[in-house]
Amino acid sequence: MIFLETKNLTKKFGGNVAVNNVDFTVEKGKINAIIGPNGAGKSTFFNLISGFHSPSSGQVIFKGQDITKLPSNKIAELGVARTFQTTNLFDQATVLDNVIVGHRLRTKSNLFDAILRTSRLKREEEQCREKAMEVLEFVGLEHLAGKLAGGLTQEEKKRTAFALALATDPEIVFLDEPAGGVNPSETDGLAELMQKMVDKGITVCLIEHKMQMIMRIAHKIMVLNYGEKIAEGRPDEIRNNETVIKAYLGGSASA
Amino acid sequence: MSAVLNKRNIIILFVLVSLVFPLITTNTYLIHVMTLAFIWMIGVYGLNLLAGYTGYLSLAHAGFFAIGAYGLGILTVKAHMSFWLAFVLSLLITGLLGLIVGLIALRSKEHFFAIYTLCLGYIIYLVIDKWESLTEGVRGLIGIPAPQGFGPIKFETEKSHYYLVLFFLLLVILVMYRIVHSLSGRSFIAIRNSEDLALTIGISTARNKLTVFVLSTLFAGLSGALYASFVRFIGPDIGNTAVIFDMLTYLIVGGIGTLTGPLIGTLLVIWLSQLLQDFQQYRMLIFGPLLTLLVIFYPRGIVGGVTDIYRKRMAKKEKQLAGKKDSYIQSDLGAKNQVKEG
Ligand SMILES: Nc1ncnc2c1ncn2[C@@H]1O[C@H](COP(=O)(O)OP(=O)(O)OP(=O)(O)O)[C@@H](O)[C@H]1O
Ligand SMILES: [Mg+2]
Repeated sequence: MIFLETKNLTKKFGGNVAVNNVDFTVEKGKINAIIGPNGAGKSTFFNLISGFHSPSSGQVIFKGQDITKLPSNKIAELGVARTFQTTNLFDQATVLDNVIVGHRLRTKSNLFDAILRTSRLKREEEQCREKAMEVLEFVGLEHLAGKLAGGLTQEEKKRTAFALALATDPEIVFLDEPAGGVNPSETDGLAELMQKMVDKGITVCLIEHKMQMIMRIAHKIMVLNYGEKIAEGRPDEIRNNETVIKAYLGGSASA
Repeated sequence: MSAVLNKRNIIILFVLVSLVFPLITTNTYLIHVMTLAFIWMIGVYGLNLLAGYTGYLSLAHAGFFAIGAYGLGILTVKAHMSFWLAFVLSLLITGLLGLIVGLIALRSKEHFFAIYTLCLGYIIYLVIDKWESLTEGVRGLIGIPAPQGFGPIKFETEKSHYYLVLFFLLLVILVMYRIVHSLSGRSFIAIRNSEDLALTIGISTARNKLTVFVLSTLFAGLSGALYASFVRFIGPDIGNTAVIFDMLTYLIVGGIGTLTGPLIGTLLVIWLSQLLQDFQQYRMLIFGPLLTLLVIFYPRGIVGGVTDIYRKRMAKKEKQLAGKKDSYIQSDLGAKNQVKEG
């Protein structure tokens, strides 16, 4: 069975076709990458998969189930996590507090549990805390658990965002420019971390402009340009693809 | 500022002082003002749960306050129901109307939500003002009974009423404390922080927001019902938009999105207003600029401001320590810092 695929996925904003008829399959247990010039529709493509925008036409299928019309929170429950291009952590709270809530979707306690402080709530709070510490350790931030998120470096924020996504117990994570605004040596560390996710059995799908990193770690690459898929394949195939080179050299390419 | 002034200790201090307050003063006027302050605090807590912890600033809550008050008034005075039955029913009515209003209002966000609820609040006021056959309009409802006693306990004196209201206030604080420190509370705060992010981590924002909205209208309704039974006379003005701006002032001065903010803000503003009563018409000349300065420099009010100052100090210490000691201690200090939030 195909793990996750999109069929004829299209999104129009007024007259602007941000994503145009894209067929794409994600390979399970691998690093999949989406590249393309600014405004090519990459983030929009992620928004369609994670339920933030409803497509104008087409389908998203995850493990055989049509998730096209599901709301984002239901999609997250199915095991699809994502991060945003701009990380929006809660700066006034600690890293740990930011991440704990990531496991909320796997718990059941409600307002009555809260008011009566039932044993279920206490158990689930413990469970969320343990999960948060586990993922913080995984991303290498356990020493910063008590620090306010506002005081983190850009790279640490990215790692925290990863941790938050991982706290939801995902099978697949969509990372929108995970190394954006991060210096080269730190980029290597983040690449390693993504590899580590894959080793743990989580499928990774990312958007990136940092070509060197993509070519090194991606198993498969899709190239978007003006909302259309212009190429798909292994890194070396993409590197030598005429259309891709043209798209990047001509027009609006600034990457 | 030291750890002595954290929210737990402030609440404990408040409980102790409020318990002995009627014993150290014989001035019933002071007790009267204090009881009113407690009643407002309950409504302000409701507003805080919604605006402070979930990020939805409702300006309809004076309306829900009035619904609670009129619910109790009408059911006791006109329908001759027993006090506590009317009390419970008035809360249910408020909650039900809150549910209906919430379903519609929560389709909007941010300032649109604020403007929308402002209009709704005004509509509630108009309905109370104009529906004379039910509410007696501008004449108001007179002769609302004091709460029925339980056995030997009666609520006819100022003092006993004071303790009854205090009981409800402490209950509200306890409920707030527990909610804010639970997984549900974390979901609400996540919504306030970023609704998009909350959705991606699987939080049903629509359901959570509606729950908070209804709960906060219940607090407002409770506050209104207590008000009606305490003052024993209500007019449409209690639902006027001026009331919501008073509540908002208490909340903002104390600290929006903090647990002790409603306590501190309400007490401070109400007692200051009492002190400045002789300057009635100039009162706003003093409050206006003060409030503006506060919002500019301490957007999270007195409590938020104090917390920030404390945090900065801790961060400084942390840095000094980091020079000497290993990083373990650093994170340990940080972990203590985290407890200070709100
Ligand atoms: N919510 C929206 N409403 C209207 N137009 C939008 C919206 N989101 C994106 N667009 C448009 O869709 C197109 C694709 O945008 P998108 O953000 O997906 O590009 P991108 O490939 O992620 O670019 P970048 O590399 O700069 O992040 C752009 O023309 C953008 O202006
Ligand atoms: Mg983008």
